[in-house]
Amino acid sequence: MELDNYMAYELIEKIHNREITIREVIQASFDKIDETDQSIHSFVNYSKQKALEKAKEYDLNLKEGQQLGKLYGLPFANKDLICLKNFPTTCCSHILEGFQPPYNAHVIERLVEQEGAIHIGNTNMDEFAMGSSTESSCYGPTYNPWDLKRVPGGSSGGSATSIASGQAIIALGSDTGGSIRCPASFSGVVGLKPTYGRVSRYGLIAFANSLDQIGPITKCVRDSAMMLEIISGKDQLDSTSINIKVDNYVEELKNSINKKVLGVPKEFFGEGVEKTVKRSVEKSIQKLESLGATIIEVTIPHLEYTVATYYLICMCEASSNLARYDGIRYGKITDDLSGDLFDVFRKTRSENFGPEVRRRIFLGTYALSAGYYEMFYLKALKVRALIKQDFVNAFKLCNSIVCPTMPITAFKIGELIDNPLQMYAIDILTCPVNLAGLPALSIPCGFDKNNLPIGFQIIGNYFDEKGILNIGYQLEQELNIYRKKPPIFKGGI
Amino acid sequence: MSSQNYEIMIGLEVHIQLTNLKSKLFCSCSNDYRGADPNTYVCPICLGLPGSLPVLNKKAIEFATRLAIALECKINHRFWFYRKNYHYVDLPKGFQISQYNKAGGKAFADGGKITIKVNNHKKDILLNRIHLEEDPARLVHKGSITTSPYTLVDYNRSGVCLIEIVTEPVINSPEEAREFLKQLKSIVQYSEIANLDLQGSVRVDANISIKGHERSEAKNINSFKEVERALLHEIVRQKNLLKRGKTLLLETRHWDDKRRITISLRKKEFEADYRYFPEQDLTPIEIDDDFIERVKNELPEMPSERAHRLRREYDLSEFDSDNLVLDKDIANFFEDGVNSDPSFGPNEYKQFCNWLMNNIVGWLNEHSMTIKNTKLHTKQVTDLVNYVKEGLITTKIAKSLIGDLMEGVSVSKLLEKKGKARISDQIFIEKLSKEAIDENPKIVEDCINNPKAVEALIGRVMKKTRGQADPGITREIIIELLTKMGIID
Repeated sequence: MELDNYMAYELIEKIHNREITIREVIQASFDKIDETDQSIHSFVNYSKQKALEKAKEYDLNLKEGQQLGKLYGLPFANKDLICLKNFPTTCCSHILEGFQPPYNAHVIERLVEQEGAIHIGNTNMDEFAMGSSTESSCYGPTYNPWDLKRVPGGSSGGSATSIASGQAIIALGSDTGGSIRCPASFSGVVGLKPTYGRVSRYGLIAFANSLDQIGPITKCVRDSAMMLEIISGKDQLDSTSINIKVDNYVEELKNSINKKVLGVPKEFFGEGVEKTVKRSVEKSIQKLESLGATIIEVTIPHLEYTVATYYLICMCEASSNLARYDGIRYGKITDDLSGDLFDVFRKTRSENFGPEVRRRIFLGTYALSAGYYEMFYLKALKVRALIKQDFVNAFKLCNSIVCPTMPITAFKIGELIDNPLQMYAIDILTCPVNLAGLPALSIPCGFDKNNLPIGFQIIGNYFDEKGILNIGYQLEQELNIYRKKPPIFKGGI
Repeated sequence: MSSQNYEIMIGLEVHIQLTNLKSKLFCSCSNDYRGADPNTYVCPICLGLPGSLPVLNKKAIEFATRLAIALECKINHRFWFYRKNYHYVDLPKGFQISQYNKAGGKAFADGGKITIKVNNHKKDILLNRIHLEEDPARLVHKGSITTSPYTLVDYNRSGVCLIEIVTEPVINSPEEAREFLKQLKSIVQYSEIANLDLQGSVRVDANISIKGHERSEAKNINSFKEVERALLHEIVRQKNLLKRGKTLLLETRHWDDKRRITISLRKKEFEADYRYFPEQDLTPIEIDDDFIERVKNELPEMPSERAHRLRREYDLSEFDSDNLVLDKDIANFFEDGVNSDPSFGPNEYKQFCNWLMNNIVGWLNEHSMTIKNTKLHTKQVTDLVNYVKEGLITTKIAKSLIGDLMEGVSVSKLLEKKGKARISDQIFIEKLSKEAIDENPKIVEDCINNPKAVEALIGRVMKKTRGQADPGITREIIIELLTKMGIID
């Protein structure tokens, strides 16, 4: 069977109706991986044997008439920074080589332990989620299934390509400045970054803890809505998770959007946005208008400062969050144990962090140092408050904001790797959402002349995931391109 | 310059483990790690494993509120915890979650004071602030830190809740420091937040300077008793350097409690940069007036209030009441004891207090024990007071019984066993008194002009009975004999 013919909700129905077995689904998943992953490199570690055993067990349970979890053993791809008990979780960094968490992240408890998703492997990512291309992984890059010479976006590149290529049916990513939406956009899938505090971060290995949020990556909006329902809600172990009612996201998808007011911020269509991207997004906005939504112009005046603000804050936080990796208690330690304790720390960290991670630790440490703190970190916090206020003002006028996810489509591998500032600049449309802590959804809305996917971003007000999923679903149904497959399956590699 | 002109300024940073908490500051691991096998009271949170997040122990906020109220600090209504960043093996996250009163941060509470009495003068030791933080892991060395071939790390202590009390540099002598710590210990005990007699529950850093010169910071003073010793050493060291014309350096020094000296650790040419910034894995802490009011109402009686009450209810002197309340268990023992005997009045209260403070506490200090760890019962002390009052036992004998009393033996049993009952046999005392008069004609002669000389004769009788004669009866008999002889009238 071809997994990529089906959405997650369709497979659940088929399994429920006993048209197919869970084992068949899991086997198909690994067949697809065997067939394609040498060229795509979505995964960095697999749990094939355990997954097949689990599938067998669930099939038996089903046969005996037992109630299965809502996810019916669907093949699930996990980003390599979400802790999975007794499974290598490495953030695609040498420094965490061999680390196997003794506990499950909260989202894993919900998806796997509670609702019966079957973990098939961990996916590739930029080292410690620091990047927009999945090129900085210590395991090497992931290749975009739409064009294997190009990046899949990042940092959750492997999760996005595993969905795009039908290797997995549901996946998790994490989004600090666009790390779910960017690869969703470049790889032509749906990615949702929830409101900060909507999903527990317990077990998410931190990059920048005031910005990080876990979210689903799927082939269609309905599947993301289903996953979000499962992973959302207050967790006692994450003090920043918030106790606000979790909506029935799936049920609300089919609501009409004719009373919605959608804001279009002109700053999000500025010079850096490629013409084809602009045209495709504008066309989708017209479709939404034709579905009854009212379109108005709004403004996010501080957008031009967001990249600088975002990078300052995330580097400062990262410099502290990554301080614990010294090779003493877990992970990799230097072979050269000569010198004192601090020499060992220095060597371990210099040898095992990649260049982008080192750059961010250096810059973050510098910006937090005495004398620079006010100039950089405190200043950045002030600008962050202004950006947040921009959105608060905009949401007084509209229900949701619509704009491109990325200003460009997938670029070539190696194209930006030596130009960090240019690489950072492409986050301009995603990172303001994290600075403000808002939810945002990216869905494919078209293709450029190279047949590369273009992402459409819907930014919601706080905890209005229901609203953006509803708009996203309506647009997705209208565009009807979500079943389109990347050329890799047509034997064209 | 003569030594009298050296004005000493001392500021203390006292770290106290809130040992009465059930769990650590940011996870549910047990706080009660003493005696446990190394690295058994740990979880992903206090081990700082990747992906783990801190969750605040709300009871710690309540305990800190109690202490802040007791110390009359101003509690901050809203604050963030801050990360203090530095690398060391005892710090599994590479930062310590603490509080900071700069860079937009706030302490738990500001100001406050403890009133001490030195040489009968009252003085307020002003506090700068108190704040909460997590304890690092415990490092274990083989022998001394300098010669140990390895360092072992025990994370059982990692994440235990510490409260730091920072004084202003207003302490002027080691005695004042000792009195301050004595009062602080008492307040902590009354607040029911910690038992500071537990090993390792207290750590003090002391900033010491001679006015007009750079200060040094003595770190690693691991008990209140050591503080006075360390301060004395450091002051002498600084004075000696000045006498030899040397310049004092701004530096951090390590208190070596085995050799009882401070050793220079590092020069502080610039302040260590801990890159403090808000800990955003926790939400800001909010403490409203209702909460403070509730904690205040539930706060147990504090030592100073109790001293007032003891003066009022038991007619004790200021000196007695202040001393009695220092240790809550001692004060409880006093109240339980004197209230158990309805015949007791102010005189007996005073006697009970004297026995307790002069003899029993002395014995406890000598044996490094607390009253709860002995078998002493209040009944024994009330018996003692009553036996002395009724003349069944002399004070001198009573004092010799203290050691046995602490073992829980009753007074009557002790007296039986040791035959130390007071001699009140009149005929026997009369015989001895006559002997004394016959043997000391010079003293008898003195009695004609000096009635106080009678005491000397009584003393002779006491000597013959090795203190066992009833002094009241003896006095009566001697006066009667001397009157009969016409010596006195």
